[in-house]
Amino acid sequence: MTATRTHARPTSGQGPVARTVGAVGELMITLGVLLGLFIVWQLWWTDVEGDRYQAEVIDELAWEPPPAVAQVQNPPEERRDDPPVMDEPGFQTVFAQYYVPRFGTDYVKPVAEGVDKALVLDTIGIGHYPGTAMPGDVGNFAMAAHRTTFGKPFNQIADLVEGDPLVVRTEETWYVYRVTEDLIVNPQDVGVIAPVPGVPADPAAVPDRRLLTMTSCHPMFSAAQRYVVHGELDYWMPVSDGTPKELLDAGIDPSGGS
Amino acid sequence: MYGPLWRALPGPTWLRVLILLALAAAVVVVCFQWFFPWVSDYMPLNQQTVGEGTP
Repeated sequence: MTATRTHARPTSGQGPVARTVGAVGELMITLGVLLGLFIVWQLWWTDVEGDRYQAEVIDELAWEPPPAVAQVQNPPEERRDDPPVMDEPGFQTVFAQYYVPRFGTDYVKPVAEGVDKALVLDTIGIGHYPGTAMPGDVGNFAMAAHRTTFGKPFNQIADLVEGDPLVVRTEETWYVYRVTEDLIVNPQDVGVIAPVPGVPADPAAVPDRRLLTMTSCHPMFSAAQRYVVHGELDYWMPVSDGTPKELLDAGIDPSGGS
Repeated sequence: MYGPLWRALPGPTWLRVLILLALAAAVVVVCFQWFFPWVSDYMPLNQQTVGEGTP
């Protein structure tokens, strides 16, 4: 048929059936190409755009970098008294940077208020569940992010092991959490982001620990379940005191060196 | 479908090929920028939050 079409002329006298079959065939090839393009877009282009935009967001914060190691007391004091806690900001406001040494030395992602898919997770990256605790506070600082596509901030969430540092920076303060447990739950299990997490959570429980929660999809490329990681605050320190040793030891130096 | 398009294009073969490449590029841009993001909102393949509303 290909050969016939190649040599076809408008006046070649193709019947209506042959023309229809040809048109349907071309339509199906077109749809196939579009589907392929969609996969390229979803699995590759959203990461390209996401990584670029999320790096831009970090740059635009233009936060003062922490002082270099040589300029401050080393190691810096690890504070375990009540940390400063910021007020919950408005929707889409970027209020924190998230460092996870386990995710690589160049890993730093912005955290914004809200978990709207299109307006926060598909663009800025990590979203903070509204109404949950802010970094450092008693309760549960809960975040969501993509595990695949759109910059995939939580791509390696399943690689985290107990004790891994999870470092949150607000403009003034470092909060160093450590992984306590990971679990796989159903999408309806909102108890994992409760102030005292549980499946289901006990609504009468009084929070007394400073927790962090990450949620992402599970299995990868599926929405069937959620992968959840809990952490607990280890210590905090002002940014003006330097950089947490967990980052420096992993080869991450946000001060820009020297 | 593509036969009439080819015949409707002006100029020699190399010019038609060039125009078709430009058209294809335009289709890809429109898909990547607007069409695919819109479609993906209707595909429940990619959710990472917990909540009563999520399936």
